[in-house]
Amino acid sequence: MTEYVVLSAILFTIGCVGVLTRRNAIVVFMCVELMLNACNLAFVAFARQHGNLDGQITAFFVMVVAAAEVVIGLAIIMTIFRTRRSASVDDASLLKY
Amino acid sequence: MNLLSHSVLLAAEGPANAPVVSPDTGAGGVFDLLWLVIGLPLLGAVLLLGVAPFLPASLKAAVDKHGHLVGTAAAVLSFVLSLVLFVSLLGRDAEERQVGQHLWTWFETGQLSVGMDLLYDQLSALFLLLITGVGSLIHVYAIGYMEHDARRRRFFGYLNLFVAAMLTLILSANFVGLFLGWEGVGLASYLLIGFWQHKPSAAAAAKKAFVINRVGDIGLTLAIALMFATFGTTDFGGVSELASQADQGTLNALGLLLLLGACGKSAQVPLQSWLLDAMEGPTPVSALIHAATMVTAGVYLVVRSNFIYELTPLAQTTVVIVATVTLLWGAVIGCAKDDIKKALAGSTMSQIGYMMLAAGLGPVGYPFAIFHLLTHGFFKANMFLGAGSVMHGMNDDVDMRRYGALRKAMPVTFLTFAMGYLAIIGFPLFSGFWSKDRIIETALADNLVIGLLAMLGAGVTGFYMTRLMLMTFFGEKRWAEDVHPHESPRVMTVPLIVLAALSVLGGVLLLGDWIVTWLEPVTGHVEHHEPPLPALVITLMITAVVAIGVAAAWFLVGKREVPREAPQDVSFATRAARADLYGDAINDGVVVRPGAGLVSGLLTLDRGGIDGAVMGGAAAVRGVSSTLRRVQNGFVRSYALSLLGGALLVVLALLAVNLG
Repeated sequence: MTEYVVLSAILFTIGCVGVLTRRNAIVVFMCVELMLNACNLAFVAFARQHGNLDGQITAFFVMVVAAAEVVIGLAIIMTIFRTRRSASVDDASLLKY
Repeated sequence: MNLLSHSVLLAAEGPANAPVVSPDTGAGGVFDLLWLVIGLPLLGAVLLLGVAPFLPASLKAAVDKHGHLVGTAAAVLSFVLSLVLFVSLLGRDAEERQVGQHLWTWFETGQLSVGMDLLYDQLSALFLLLITGVGSLIHVYAIGYMEHDARRRRFFGYLNLFVAAMLTLILSANFVGLFLGWEGVGLASYLLIGFWQHKPSAAAAAKKAFVINRVGDIGLTLAIALMFATFGTTDFGGVSELASQADQGTLNALGLLLLLGACGKSAQVPLQSWLLDAMEGPTPVSALIHAATMVTAGVYLVVRSNFIYELTPLAQTTVVIVATVTLLWGAVIGCAKDDIKKALAGSTMSQIGYMMLAAGLGPVGYPFAIFHLLTHGFFKANMFLGAGSVMHGMNDDVDMRRYGALRKAMPVTFLTFAMGYLAIIGFPLFSGFWSKDRIIETALADNLVIGLLAMLGAGVTGFYMTRLMLMTFFGEKRWAEDVHPHESPRVMTVPLIVLAALSVLGGVLLLGDWIVTWLEPVTGHVEHHEPPLPALVITLMITAVVAIGVAAAWFLVGKREVPREAPQDVSFATRAARADLYGDAINDGVVVRPGAGLVSGLLTLDRGGIDGAVMGGAAAVRGVSSTLRRVQNGFVRSYALSLLGGALLVVLALLAVNLG
């Protein structure tokens, strides 16, 4: 059990550090996914330990949300890349221009 | 000499209650036209001021050209009506000489009901004759005096407005109506002092008169409010009936507040300083408003409120003190002024002091206060108009140091002025002799010190009037080069002659103590008392003191060369008198500067304290916001960091709560 939680924490931390340090929007995006899946892992692990389905159902919800997010997020990144010729999140700091 | 043997002094015995005012409202006959006395000049004012500016141009030009005739006609008709009313009043029995007229109910709120009521009794009858009579003469005079003024129509409109307001003051049967007239004359006075408003000094003088009068008006307003609170009415009838039931403190307050009002209007110390500046107005205004009528309204107020003053010895004593100070104050100022109108203004202040003094002495004094008021109305109007005539001939120069030897150039003005002069110094058998003499006698019987001070004032009067006379009409010519004095036109000299005749003959009112008997139903009956000295001795003493004053003027002014420029190396007393005895400096130091200090203190408190707190709070919020603004830098990763930080904080808080 502990192993799962530790793995989940490690994955979450990696994702978190990735979001904070990387500039490429795609990589940031992937790190976000990593954090979401770390959470899913924790949910599933705790669901199994408690012997009910609550955590598993929540994991499905998270996956649905993540899928929707990917659709919108990638579209936005595509648009930014088309206008700025760059996928760096720092370059998009002035959204009004 | 018949009059002298009748000079028996009257003195109040014990707390005598003043007669109750109870006018007969159903007199009918000519008395139903009482309102018309006010109505005529009011109509004149409305026509000249309210209607004329809206007329078509051609008609307006005609009104501008002939408007003065409308104004004069209104005043003269009002005088004729007053005369008819007076004769009718003479025809009634002494007990029935209080006639009232209810015009309409002015306002009614709660328990307060104030009617437009008129009261025509022995006192108002005399005032009516004085105001409309002298007023008419001054209207006639002003036709000549203001002939070349482009705004003559407006001037006559203001004069009519003044007469209407003054008559309202005199005829009203309650204090609220009196206050209406009181404010009306204040307004007219303001408008007329500042008539030549293109002169900054005239505009400032008008404002000064208005503001100082407001101080007095506060006293009158509070007195009226106190009357309503105490008696539930402001009618003379109601107040005179209930006054004896009020407690002493209320009566004292009423007396002192009314005195404050009287001080403002009648230029008594400490509210005296406006009168000298008021001489900026055209001379007919000085004669009508600031000598004969308006400034005596304070005396009228005190005499009319006798039912209050009879019950408050404290207020009566205060009146006497104020009056004595003023009569000397004005006389001293009159001694040093080189401006002929200001010298006369100082004299007016002093003479009103005499009237107030008599009014403060109670029922013994009231008739003499009114008597002196009437004779002063004649001779002072005469002299002011005479001074106006002199100025008219001297290109509007008012400096007596540039007059001299005018008696040959202006014989009529000189002779009429001389009549007024003899009357005011109290030359035997002239009107002022009888009236001032009686006041000093009464004062002597009441209090030796006050009496002697009043006698001293008479001597000073002799000095400054002789000085004025000598500097203006005698001595060497000291005229400016382009001045060619000439006698004034007939329209100006005829009123002078009439007023001079009245100045000489005004004493007839005292024949057989007529005025005392006439006013007795208003002022109350008092027992006759023998004076401390025989009346003849007192009269001789007064005449001797006046003679000393006249002789002093002759030796100091008449026998010497009068310098064309006022000498500067003069005594402190002269400098003080030239500066109006520092009246303005006192006002400045006691009221204006502390007031300005208070205001600037409040301003600092408002700006520094209250505004500081509000603005400081706003500035703090603004500072914090502009610092926080930097957090919104547009970098997604820094947002993510703060998100993480927030989440960590929440987790830590949860842990702290759960584990703690």
